[in-house]
Amino acid sequence: MLLAKIKEELKSLYDDIQESPEIEEAAAETAEVPAAEEGAETTPGREEVKAEEAAPASPPPGPGDTDYKTKGYHLDVALPPEKVVAAVEILSRENFFIEAITGVDWIEEQQLEVVYDFNHFAELCRVVIRSRLDRNNPEIPTISHIYQGANWHERETHDFFGIIFTGHPNLEPLLLPEDADFHPLLKDFKA
Amino acid sequence: MNGSLQQDINQETFVLNLGPQHPATHGVLRVKLVMDGEYIVDAEPVLGYIHRMHEKMGENRTWAQFLPNCGRMDYLSALSYNHGYVAAVERAAGIEVPERAEYLRVITVELNRISSHLLWFGAFVLDLGGFTPLLYAFDDREQILDLLESVTGSRLTYCYFRFGGVYNDIDDSFITGTREFIKRLRRRLPMYDALVTKNIILIKRLKDIGPISQDMARRYGATGPVARGSGINFDVRKHEPYSVYPEFDFDIPVYQEGDSMARYMVRMDEMEQSMRIIEQALDKLPEGEIQPKKAVKLIKPEKGDYYHAVEAARGSFGVRIVSDGTNSAYRLKLRSPTYSNLSLFGEAAKGMLLPDALALMGSLDLVIPEIDR
Repeated sequence: MLLAKIKEELKSLYDDIQESPEIEEAAAETAEVPAAEEGAETTPGREEVKAEEAAPASPPPGPGDTDYKTKGYHLDVALPPEKVVAAVEILSRENFFIEAITGVDWIEEQQLEVVYDFNHFAELCRVVIRSRLDRNNPEIPTISHIYQGANWHERETHDFFGIIFTGHPNLEPLLLPEDADFHPLLKDFKA
Repeated sequence: MNGSLQQDINQETFVLNLGPQHPATHGVLRVKLVMDGEYIVDAEPVLGYIHRMHEKMGENRTWAQFLPNCGRMDYLSALSYNHGYVAAVERAAGIEVPERAEYLRVITVELNRISSHLLWFGAFVLDLGGFTPLLYAFDDREQILDLLESVTGSRLTYCYFRFGGVYNDIDDSFITGTREFIKRLRRRLPMYDALVTKNIILIKRLKDIGPISQDMARRYGATGPVARGSGINFDVRKHEPYSVYPEFDFDIPVYQEGDSMARYMVRMDEMEQSMRIIEQALDKLPEGEIQPKKAVKLIKPEKGDYYHAVEAARGSFGVRIVSDGTNSAYRLKLRSPTYSNLSLFGEAAKGMLLPDALALMGSLDLVIPEIDR
């Protein structure tokens, strides 16, 4: 129920980014997830959405269903950085709580990915929002004004990856020493 | 926040450093407090004193080599961390676990949860100025450590779970010992109730102190007894059932008040629920293998990312794995519960008296190595 609703709301964010090849690529990636074993969990609402998506040759970008049993989360939402705040606002309106924020260094593609994990207290619904940034200029707006808990998660992600969360009230090292100028989870970091 | 920490001469506030070694912090946590007399204007926890970068170690080691690290984050409920990590890798690599092994996991994890809550109980009352309960709690906890030592081989930093099972089977002496212990603790808990819970000093220190609203828990991602003390019925064991938990009949204690007393009550009640789970698991314990018939040797999960959460003693512990199809993680994110639970301290402690803030901090049940990772 919640899943179908949130998916519909998040879909609106994709209206004006049909053409962006980067996003299509990311969406295609999430769509590749095998849809087997879904029968038991699939709600009617989700099936309808799926049928719509399957119609065109290359599916339009949108929040991708994942197979919960094998992946451990329900919805995988790949968005450009400027859309993340709007998506998080939708989740906050629906009373999701924040699990964590983290990064992934895709050094071969020269990209850094920011991954946001959300879950819901009342109904099991794990939503993952992810956004790819340019590795040489990793900037993304903060969400710490919506979820205050994001403050520390963003500081930690800045510590480990050097990702800059613009608008963050206090992007100082949290877990690393206060004068740290290195980012240990970057793949080219040498101790 | 830095700006507000600047001394403003007109406000007559002063900065007080709590820690890094204050006993109430159970580890090396420091809190920068801006005080107006006895009242807290601003509180900023300073982390990282025992940061070891477990997540980087996860990338440098094979899946199996990382197993011992799990016991070294939350050292008071290490088995929950074992469980979260092996379950995540099992999900990623599609490894089946024999039923008996799942039962053994549940029994040992719940014993570990009781020992963790017992230590918290003693230390928390110690924070509030009552020394003796700590000794009683350690006496009980010692029994669990002996039991777990006989199965896992260690007393604190357990590394008992393996991908697809557990390392060692239990014997009759463990089963009788566990039943004895449950009998013993059922006699002790009413005593704690009479001596500590109903103690007027404890009630005055905890009742209506450090309220945490449901909305605050949501915005900060607080889970575990902190959320359940605020009336949020959220426990991963019921919410997102894993292992063999659906086969047991147990309740999730929830208190509506949101104060330190509510969080205290949640943990005290949880010990009884854990004992119920252990009893049922011992009754129903199936015969069979404790590891897959075909040994799990080479683990290479398919490319992609995977998430698995478990209910640790302090809340929801999540493991996010990004695999590139090799025998070690491309990225291993460890979502530790007290990191989120502590992050609300700055907001919750505003305007409180310093000794009340210490009661609030104790009621969060902090384990610093797990926050710093």
